[in-house]
Amino acid sequence: MIRLEPRREPSRVWAAATPVLAVLATMVAGGLLFAMLGKDPVLAIRTIFWDPLFHPQFASYSRPQLLVKAGPLILIAVGLALGFRAGVWNIGAEGQYIIGALSGAAVALALYPADLFVLFPLMVIAGALGGFLWAMIPAILKTRFNTNEILVSLLLVYVAEQMLASAALGLLRNPDGGGFPGSRNLRDYPAAHNAEIFAGTGMHWGVAAAFIAVIFAHVLLTRHITGYHIRLTGQSPRAARFAGVNPARLVILCLGISGALAGMAGLFEVAGPAGQISIDFNVGYGFTAIIVAFLGRLHPVGILLAGLLMALTYIGGELGQLMLGLPAAAIQAFQGMLLFFLLAGDVLTNYRLRFGRTEAV
Amino acid sequence: MDLSSINPVLLLASLMVAATPILLAAIGELVVEKAGVLNLGVEGMMITGAICGFAVAVESGSPALGFLGAALGSALLSLVFAFLTQVLMSNQVATGLALTLFGLGISSLMGQGYVGIKPPGTPDLDLPVLSDLPVLGPILFSHDLVVYLSLGLVAGVWYGLNRTRAGLILRAVGENHDAAHALGYRVTLIRTAAIAFGGACAGLGGAYLSLVRVPQWTDGMTAGAGWIALAIVVFASWKAGRVLLGAYLFGGIAVLQLNLQAAGARVPVELLSMSPYLVTIAVLVIMSADRSRAALNAPAALGRSFHAAR
Repeated sequence: MIRLEPRREPSRVWAAATPVLAVLATMVAGGLLFAMLGKDPVLAIRTIFWDPLFHPQFASYSRPQLLVKAGPLILIAVGLALGFRAGVWNIGAEGQYIIGALSGAAVALALYPADLFVLFPLMVIAGALGGFLWAMIPAILKTRFNTNEILVSLLLVYVAEQMLASAALGLLRNPDGGGFPGSRNLRDYPAAHNAEIFAGTGMHWGVAAAFIAVIFAHVLLTRHITGYHIRLTGQSPRAARFAGVNPARLVILCLGISGALAGMAGLFEVAGPAGQISIDFNVGYGFTAIIVAFLGRLHPVGILLAGLLMALTYIGGELGQLMLGLPAAAIQAFQGMLLFFLLAGDVLTNYRLRFGRTEAV
Repeated sequence: MDLSSINPVLLLASLMVAATPILLAAIGELVVEKAGVLNLGVEGMMITGAICGFAVAVESGSPALGFLGAALGSALLSLVFAFLTQVLMSNQVATGLALTLFGLGISSLMGQGYVGIKPPGTPDLDLPVLSDLPVLGPILFSHDLVVYLSLGLVAGVWYGLNRTRAGLILRAVGENHDAAHALGYRVTLIRTAAIAFGGACAGLGGAYLSLVRVPQWTDGMTAGAGWIALAIVVFASWKAGRVLLGAYLFGGIAVLQLNLQAAGARVPVELLSMSPYLVTIAVLVIMSADRSRAALNAPAALGRSFHAAR
């Protein structure tokens, strides 16, 4: 008979080992899934995890993509993790990402064809502000009316998607586009283009911002009183209140930071890799970032690694589609599975396994 | 705009059809939350039910088997959630989100061969006298069986929760799991059963979308219906009767905005399409603003993990 015994403190060893075990378990379960789809499981796993980095023919294309995909994931996940640590659940990052992209692109398109060097910084600020304001809706409803921020932030994703459709078909549509939906391509607009900082590396300003956000969040959590308040509230809301933490302020702060970062991620994406506002330019980074945040143990450095790994599965998934005809949806299921295994593994972090009979008490 | 093109009788009749998927999912989630478990995976279970039901109905040619398959498939998926949260004591919010993300992926994977196919039709009831009544007939008495099943389910859940011993035990588990455990009730088992029931209901709701309401299969076709169902449980302050009210209110808005779109209202289509979500948020705000009332009915142990010390 196996028994679970609560640990006094979460085990640090298991907390670090669980993500690795979860990835391994996902490889096995994912291999089974691919085998069920009639694909060679070993080849499929190799295509997803190995080939994007080391394939003689494709690696030169896919290696830079690693940073392109990891950038927005890390940027969003770092912000989300701050909130998750404090028990503030912003799961509408996808909406904040869309609104950030819309506001940033709107600034650029309103000033078209400006040749100002301040244009790009202005767009970044507008993007962050857009995401921030969109996240303030659930934050203020939570603090003023005690409304559940999970449901409000998520429902606002659908509202944001409708606004995106409306902007792509109307307000921001390319006037020279012959009536096709979608805005002007910002890649042909030098002052607004989020170009690679070092050509051929995939390193654009969004990736730089992601690295800065990791450092910022790490310093905040370990060296600043606000970071301490965030950790304290997550571990014991009651104790935090006695220690003088203002819960409303923390909700505003966590949702605000994560919204601003998600908005920035959206702007960097629309001004760079995506290029234009179109009905479906968002590809679900806001949701995948939730997995990244947990896989990184809600720790900024962990999120950096988790973001790179998750980016790898995206690129590997694309490669798998190309080479093995793996369905695109398989990767989504694969990523969901990873989160399951991770959460399941956490039992070992918080509990100790005891074998043998339960002694009668 | 030509408002006269909107027929109020047809509007009310389609209201019941539009509300049914959400009603089914919400009444299931109500039971889950009454047992003290917060399952945020309703969206994932609904979409899995939608494709399971669709696939079974297409392969077997029988919509009834389709609904059965949907209920089984989603209940099975919800058992993954039950295992993680009840046995391994994982965080319920995170696990629910994982269920939604996984459900969206796996459903899209399962649905690849089913895009663009028409499912077998679910026949409407034709009751001898009632269906021929003027006005009331088309509104109330000429729907398919699942609409009435959902109404029966609401009545059954109300009766079960408030008038039976099993319901009392379920509510006790949701209010204070330690006390319920001390009285000798199997907290984990009861919660697992509630989760499976919620999964089956969400699956039926999803299948109703893909088999009757739409009816075809497209990726991500639930479009937030699961989240709206969660919101309706809060709106209903955890009461079965109010779930019915909330779902029909929502169904009314969904149908009305579609009719306005079709009638060519001078309101942007996007604004009409986002209205159900905006109204849901507004309703949530109104319900939660009054703290004393909102807290009165919320199960006290909602979202907390249970671990028996011995």
